Amino acid sequence: MDMTTPLVEMREISIAFGGIKAVDHASVDLHAGEVVGLLGHNGAGKSTLIKILSGAYHADAGEIRIAGKPVSISSPRDAKRHGIETIYQTLALADNVDAAANIFLGRELLTSWGTLDDSAMEAETRKVMGRLNPHFRRFKEPVKALSGGQRQSVAIARAIYFNARVLIMDEPTAALGPAETKQVADLILELKKQGIGIFLISHDLHDVFDLADRVSVMKNGKVVGTAHVRDVTQDEVLGMIISGKCPPGAVAGPGALRS
Amino acid sequence: MTESVPAPATPSQDAKSFADHLRAIEFDARMVGMIAALAVIWLGFNWLSGGAFLTPRNLWNLSVQTASVAVMACGMVLVIVTRNIDLSVGSMLGFVGMVTGLVQAQLLPGLLGFEHPATWLLSIAAAVALGGLIGLFQGALIAYLAIPSFIVTLGGLLVWRGGAWWVTQGQTIAPMDSRFRPLGGGIEGAIGTTASWAIGLIICALIIAGIAFARRRRKRYGFALRPLWAEIVLAALACGTVLGAVMIANAYALPAGVARRLTEAKGGTWPEGGLIIGHGLAVPVLLALAVGVAMSFLARRLRFGRYVFSIGGNPEAAQLSGVNTRKVLMLVYGLMGMLVGIAACISTARLNAATNSAGQLDELYVIAAAVIGGTSLAGGIGTIAGAMLGALVMQSLQSGMVLIGVDTPLQNIVVGIVLVLAVWLDGLYRKRLG
Repeated sequence: MDMTTPLVEMREISIAFGGIKAVDHASVDLHAGEVVGLLGHNGAGKSTLIKILSGAYHADAGEIRIAGKPVSISSPRDAKRHGIETIYQTLALADNVDAAANIFLGRELLTSWGTLDDSAMEAETRKVMGRLNPHFRRFKEPVKALSGGQRQSVAIARAIYFNARVLIMDEPTAALGPAETKQVADLILELKKQGIGIFLISHDLHDVFDLADRVSVMKNGKVVGTAHVRDVTQDEVLGMIISGKCPPGAVAGPGALRS
Repeated sequence: MTESVPAPATPSQDAKSFADHLRAIEFDARMVGMIAALAVIWLGFNWLSGGAFLTPRNLWNLSVQTASVAVMACGMVLVIVTRNIDLSVGSMLGFVGMVTGLVQAQLLPGLLGFEHPATWLLSIAAAVALGGLIGLFQGALIAYLAIPSFIVTLGGLLVWRGGAWWVTQGQTIAPMDSRFRPLGGGIEGAIGTTASWAIGLIICALIIAGIAFARRRRKRYGFALRPLWAEIVLAALACGTVLGAVMIANAYALPAGVARRLTEAKGGTWPEGGLIIGHGLAVPVLLALAVGVAMSFLARRLRFGRYVFSIGGNPEAAQLSGVNTRKVLMLVYGLMGMLVGIAACISTARLNAATNSAGQLDELYVIAAAVIGGTSLAGGIGTIAGAMLGALVMQSLQSGMVLIGVDTPLQNIVVGIVLVLAVWLDGLYRKRLG
């Protein structure tokens, strides 16, 4: 799998906020149909790195390639144009409008008169939600009124409805119960089968080991190392997260502890 | 994700509570509550004034007095929905009104000649353009320079009020062009009974067509429909309100002298016992309604409106979804400014003079109208129709108190208390509904 051109390559990405290097020469890549887990403590820079890919932040330096071609991503709109969809940890839902309005926000379906086609959007929403969360019924209500799991499925629906090639999931199960977590896990495996590349950001080492093909670990804004999950143990990965020690099964990055 | 599972589009199968049912048919309890509150106010004042409130004359004047604030309240809803505020609208109205007065009383007569047929249109265009530019400028400061809207528009409140004085060093400009004056209402601003009926019937036809159209679309997608009887009752209520309003406006008779002049001008003869000619709907009221309809359309049916509301709900989410939030915010202020331009025309025409004190305290009435009409200061929630009703509630309170002879200071006290009370009740209502 590693022989082909990666779907996404982020090379030597750096960004600083007021002198603090949040991401420092970080490189990660992702292939089609692959799940890459991004691990690290809070503040390790994984969310920031991923926000550069989704267009929320603009990198100070570095290069992003999609299917081998260098691209410039300076806004969420650019990222979406390249088929990169993001499910944010905060879900980034407008609480005061309904599920359909959220799913189509920024990409509304219009009638031939140029007005919002709410009925069409609601019908499409019913279709996609029927697949993700068949019990979902509250199409008319603002998403504020929904449960955590329901809100999560709205955010996921928004990401997958537009035929994403790359999906970024930032702590997708942090707010969910066990049953819903299982649902998300099944969904990830299904999307993977369809050839979508997924960046999975998580605290939960077990989750990542169950779902990811490879893991990249970050510490203090730098990549400690990248490894296939079959080549490393959970304890070794934990060591990478905590002390930055790169085990023999992993490819060391610039953030690896030099001994 | 290419296979498609049939959509479970039959929520009616579920056991549903009464509240769910109301929601399914899109019953708007808060709007009904507001109409009930208005009814209480009207009946109360009618009783206190010994029947003087619910007369065609008073209601006609009430509608004309409401127009200017109602127009501005439409824009204020969008401003507040984006979690911002505009304190400058009253001062802007004064400044734009002065400039508009200057344009039509001094500039245009010099260029085109006195009472030129294009004067009124050019004046309105100037007012709307100037208002829009000021709005865009303030909006740009708020959106792109990230200066808090409270501060920018508080500055605007001082700047434009000062500007209004500066235009003519405090001199009042009068009179206005005769084709411009109907914008303010009065006898020349009433469109007559026949035209009023015609407009009333057209509005009714549009209401029925709109309801039928919406129903057909929901049917096409297999969504829950209102029961047919509910649609019919709704249409009947709406049309009844429209035709009732026309009837009241038509029942307000012109003064005998004016009626006589009009009859004779048309070549008719003035009968012995006199003739009763009704006013009909007033131009500013029609203008305000047109603005309300256009703004509702913009807020609910256009992409722009959807963006405004999503920004209010979660600015970050809107931005991450690819909405150009800064541009939208700037345009919201531009729109607010244009509506201030229209309101400036209405109030200048109504006074038949441009004065530098026009619009004083209007910002507070406009904000109050929007808030009483259910616009949440936390952002994300509000309706145009609610704000216009809110403007009517505020004006009803004020006119009613004038009618029953309440002293001015006491009037302000009452309006202030009602505002606070209304927002408190609204908060309770929201909490109940979660």
